[in-house]
Amino acid sequence: MTLFYIFGALAIVASLLVIAQRNPIYSVLFLIASFAALSGLYLLLDAPFVAIIQIIVYAGAIMVLFLFVVMLLNAPREDTEHDARMHPLMQPGPLRFGALLAVVFAVELVWALTGQRAAGALSAAGQTRSLGRGGVISVAAIGRRLFTDYAFPFEVTSILILVAMVGAVLMARHEKAPVVVHPGLDDQAPEPAPVGDPPPPPEWT
Amino acid sequence: MTPLFIAQIALTLLVFVALLSSAAGMVYFERKVAAWLQQRVGPTLVGPRGLLQPLADVIKLMFKEELRPAAADPWLFALAPIISATAAFAAFAVVPFGQATTLFGLLSEPLRLQVADVNVAVLVIFAIASMSVYGIVLAGWSSNSKYSLLGGLRSSAQMISYELSYGLSLASVLVVANSLSLTDIVNGQSGTWLGFIPRWFLFVQPIGFLIYMTAGVAETNRAPFDFPEAEQELVAGYHTEYSSMSFAMFFLAEYINMVTVSAVATDLFLGGWHGPFLPASFGWIWFLVKVGALLFFYVWMRWTLPRYRYDQLMDFGWKVMLPLSVVNLLVTAAGVLYFGV
Repeated sequence: MTLFYIFGALAIVASLLVIAQRNPIYSVLFLIASFAALSGLYLLLDAPFVAIIQIIVYAGAIMVLFLFVVMLLNAPREDTEHDARMHPLMQPGPLRFGALLAVVFAVELVWALTGQRAAGALSAAGQTRSLGRGGVISVAAIGRRLFTDYAFPFEVTSILILVAMVGAVLMARHEKAPVVVHPGLDDQAPEPAPVGDPPPPPEWT
Repeated sequence: MTPLFIAQIALTLLVFVALLSSAAGMVYFERKVAAWLQQRVGPTLVGPRGLLQPLADVIKLMFKEELRPAAADPWLFALAPIISATAAFAAFAVVPFGQATTLFGLLSEPLRLQVADVNVAVLVIFAIASMSVYGIVLAGWSSNSKYSLLGGLRSSAQMISYELSYGLSLASVLVVANSLSLTDIVNGQSGTWLGFIPRWFLFVQPIGFLIYMTAGVAETNRAPFDFPEAEQELVAGYHTEYSSMSFAMFFLAEYINMVTVSAVATDLFLGGWHGPFLPASFGWIWFLVKVGALLFFYVWMRWTLPRYRYDQLMDFGWKVMLPLSVVNLLVTAAGVLYFGV
């Protein structure tokens, strides 16, 4: 139980620090720390496979790409001084949207926590026993469930990711002017005259 | 404090010291082999046959001044070498290197020759390998220098590209061995075919072994894939601005990563500690011999092959290695399903 509180506190503090940073690089790093703490929580739930996959996929692969993009964009600091001088209602759209989202999340959190307590009181022992320390969840069992019971959501998710990737590539690619393969067949424009005289040949003495 | 617990702690310390000294040993080994390949003599002056040369290097590094560029990010500049060295040491923790032993009857229960027995060991190695990118990327960024940044970006692109092939070659071995535990994988390779061919996964997964070693060289940033520190273009890459012991930590991490990649290759493909002539309790000698052979291969390759061009490296990673490893995994899975290996 001590470990649970340590990992939980780490996850929460790191997540708060993610949004408290001015420097996006630090935000990315604290997000990695938060993922690592979550992975520790998975380990406590006897799910080592999920814990390691959390590290490999989120902390290892996705966050490296995040860091890569942040470093390439080289955005040093967010400029908040300009916004801070304005009246809250006059601030730009994203800020107001963010505030709205924060309120929604807070309400959701309160609702989830109170609902959780009610559900926990109803199924005091049975539910937690079967979900909690039921023994180590084997990789084979996860694989079998993923490719039988959850085969359709699994495939749909992968197609969704593929579509998103193709879309991103398409949008990121710069459109070039269409290349004329055989010039001079239709257009009768003459060859542009050379500008100026050609340089005189070097005089050999 | 049972005797087994004390033995476990002693083993952990032993592995730590062995890794530290293996890095020092590798420096000497690499310089000597390089010298032989180029018909030179190599270090000879410090100690008998130059054996104390690594010690002299370490002492020299310790007494160098610790410099930090004025425009560097102080926290991340200090953190980056720590991440690199920690990840290098941590990966070796799950590598088994011998049969469980009772130390000639001293212990009541057998002691596993492995720091941490994790049942998803292969994935742990892969996870730590993916975390070690951060050391290099952050070193490149926090130094606030052109060469460092380019080196860091190159290395992260290179590592992301080759990590996929690396993971898929591991997966094909897992399919053959039907286990994620390295101890089980090694024990699946005991015995021989026809009495003289060892049952190594190298012979079941030859393409997998080639992909693993190629991706392993790219992951450890060694020649011919040593782009992050290509001297002619990037001065010294991500560790241009580092000096003294923080440079030494990157150096240490590179050599320990080489040892770890070789040790994992030994466990996955070369039968681990199984070998003829020696009794089972001395299997670790076979393990050391095999790891040593792979390390020699590393050094040999460095002084034989010239560095690739960066676009060639990327093309090779995405257009050759990745399709090849996917096909290899598919064929392996189909074979296991059909023949029930």
